[in-house]
Amino acid sequence: MIGFIVKRFINYAILSAIATLSAYVLASMILNPAGRYLGRNPRPSDATINTILDGLGVNPNTPVIERLWNWAVNLVTQGSLGETIHNTSVISEMAARAGTSLRLLILGTIIAAVFGVILGVWGAVRQYKFSDQAISYGSFAILATPSFVLGILLMIAATALNGFLGVQLISFTGEYTAGLDGGLWVHFWDRAAHLLLPTISLALMGAAGYSRYQRSAMLDVLSADYIRTARSKGRTRGSALVRHGVRVALIPMSTYFAYSFATVLAGAAVTELVFSWHGMGEFLFQAIQQSDINAFTGAVLFNAILVLIAGTLSDVVYAALDPRVRV
Amino acid sequence: MSMLEEIPVSNNGVPEPEIAQASKPVSRMRLVLSRLRSTPRFWVGVIGLGAVILWAAFGLIPNQWNYTDLDVYSMGSSPNSVHWFGTSDIGEDIYAQTIVGLRKSLVIGLLVGPIAAIIAGIVGAVAGYLGGWWDRTIIWFIDLLLVLPSLFLFILLSPIFKSLSWVALIFLLAGFGWMIMARVIRAQTMSLRERDFIKAARFMGVDTWTIIRRHVLPNVSSLLIIDATLGVGGAILSETTLSFFGFGIQAPDVSLGTLLASGQGAAVTRPWLFIFPAAILVFTVLSASLVGDALRDAVDPTSGVNRD
Repeated sequence: MIGFIVKRFINYAILSAIATLSAYVLASMILNPAGRYLGRNPRPSDATINTILDGLGVNPNTPVIERLWNWAVNLVTQGSLGETIHNTSVISEMAARAGTSLRLLILGTIIAAVFGVILGVWGAVRQYKFSDQAISYGSFAILATPSFVLGILLMIAATALNGFLGVQLISFTGEYTAGLDGGLWVHFWDRAAHLLLPTISLALMGAAGYSRYQRSAMLDVLSADYIRTARSKGRTRGSALVRHGVRVALIPMSTYFAYSFATVLAGAAVTELVFSWHGMGEFLFQAIQQSDINAFTGAVLFNAILVLIAGTLSDVVYAALDPRVRV
Repeated sequence: MSMLEEIPVSNNGVPEPEIAQASKPVSRMRLVLSRLRSTPRFWVGVIGLGAVILWAAFGLIPNQWNYTDLDVYSMGSSPNSVHWFGTSDIGEDIYAQTIVGLRKSLVIGLLVGPIAAIIAGIVGAVAGYLGGWWDRTIIWFIDLLLVLPSLFLFILLSPIFKSLSWVALIFLLAGFGWMIMARVIRAQTMSLRERDFIKAARFMGVDTWTIIRRHVLPNVSSLLIIDATLGVGGAILSETTLSFFGFGIQAPDVSLGTLLASGQGAAVTRPWLFIFPAAILVFTVLSASLVGDALRDAVDPTSGVNRD
C-alpha cells in the first residue's frame, strides 16, 4: 500500500513540476513585462528598463531556457520564487493570501464532498422517486450555472433577506468588515458571516457534480450480487447499503475527486473574485493583467501543489477503501 | 419423474404468444432512438434548446429596438411594455442586447462542442491505436492539462486572442476542451485494436490513417456525439466566464458574458440587468446538457443511470 501511494505521489510530483515549468515558459513567451514601462511619460531609457527587467529575471532579451534555469536554481537553493513586478517577494505575497484561499477551498471541498456523496447515495436508493428527480434536476441546474452567476444570485438573495429582516444578517463583500472593533469572538463571527456565501457557492457547485457521479456509481453497485448476499446473511437493508454498497461506490469517486480538483480550483478563483476576496485567485488574475511572470508562476505552483495533495489524498482513500491495492 | 415435471406444459387452446417476431434483431440505431423517445429528460432538453435557438434567430423581429439603440427618454427603467427586459443606465434595450449576446454565445457553443469532439476523437484514436511513445506523450500532455486548470491557460493566452476577432476564441476553447474525452476514446480504441476486423484490415496492408478513419472512428462515433452535445454547454460556460472577467469577447461585440459583466454592478439594486441574461444562459446550458445526458443513457445503458 505504501509502495502504491509513493508511486502515485511521485507521478503527481513530476506532473506538478512539469506543469509549473511549462507555465513559466508559456508566460515568458506571451506576457510582455516591458510594456509596463514603455507606456510611462517620460519614457525610461532602454538601459533602465533592461536593468529593471534583469533585476526581476524577466528580461525578454535573455533566452527563456536561461531564465527558466535561473528561476529553478533560485527555487531549489534559496527557496525563493523571485520578485513580483512591485519588487516584493512572491513568497511573502502568497503567504499573505494563501490562508484566505485555503479557508474557502478546504471548507467548500469538504462540505461539497459530504453533501455530494449523501445526495448521490440518496438519489440512487430512491431512484425515479420524487426526491431523486428533484436532486437530479437541481444538480443539472447548478451545473448549468457559471460560478460567477451563482455567486451573484446568492448575493441578490442575501440582500433580499437582509432587507426583509431589517438587519445586516449576512454580509458578503470582502473577507471581513474593515475597522471592526471588538474582541476575538466579534472578529470570529464577522469572518464566519463573510465566509458563508462564498462557501455555499463553492459547495453547491462541487456537490452538484459529485452527486451525479456518486449516484451512477451507487446504481452500479446496488444491483451487484454481494448486496443480496449481505442481505441474505441477515444484515438490515441500511447496514448492507452502507457497509457494502457505499464503500464500494466510493472507490471510483476517489479517482473522480482527484481529476475534478483542478476544476474546483478554477471555480474557487472565480468565486473569490466575485466576492472580492484578496486570495490566490485574485493574485493570479492580477499577475496576468500586470504581465508579472514570477507571480503567475508562483500562483500556478501553489495550485499544482494543491492538486498534488488532493491527488495523493484521494489515492490514500482509494487504497483504504479497496483491499486489492493493499496486497 | 421430477425431471419430467419441470418441462413446461404447453397450454392447449390459449394461442402462443408471438415470440418468433421478437427474435428479429433490432438495429442499434433504432434501439437508441426508442430509448431516447421514452426519456422525458431528452424531450425537455430538445424542446428547450430548439426554443432558445428559434428565439435567438427570430426574437428581434417583434422588438422595436436594436441592440445599439439608446433610448434617452427611459434610462435605467425597469421592465415595461416598451422595453420588455428594461434598459441599462444609458438607455440600451436589455431584451435586444440579450438576444444578440445569446446569438454569439450559441454560435460559439454550437461550434466549439463538435470541434472539440473531433479533436478528442482523432487524438484519442491515434494514441490508442499507435500505442508506444505516441500514446505515452499524448497521455502525459493530457494529464498536464488536467493538473493546470484550463481557465488559467485561457486567461494567460487571452492577450493573443484579444487582438484577433472573436472567431479565434472558438479555436482557443476547442483547443482545450478535448482532454477528458480523448482519454475515454483512447481506452475504447485500445480494445478495438485487438478486434478481428481491425486486425484483418491491418494484415491486408491498409494504412494506419485509413484504418482510424474507416474502422476506429465510426465505432466510437456514439461517444463523440455525446461529447459534442455535452461540450456545447461546457463551451458556453467557459466563454461567459472568460467574457465576464474581460478576457473573452471584446467591446463592440456582445455576448451573454459581457452583458452579465455590465449588469453585475447593479445586480442587487436593478436586478433585471442581471437576472434576465443569467436566466437565459442557465436555461440554454441546462437544455444542452439534458440532451447530452439523455443521449449518454440511451447509448450506454450500463452507465447505470438508466437502469430500472
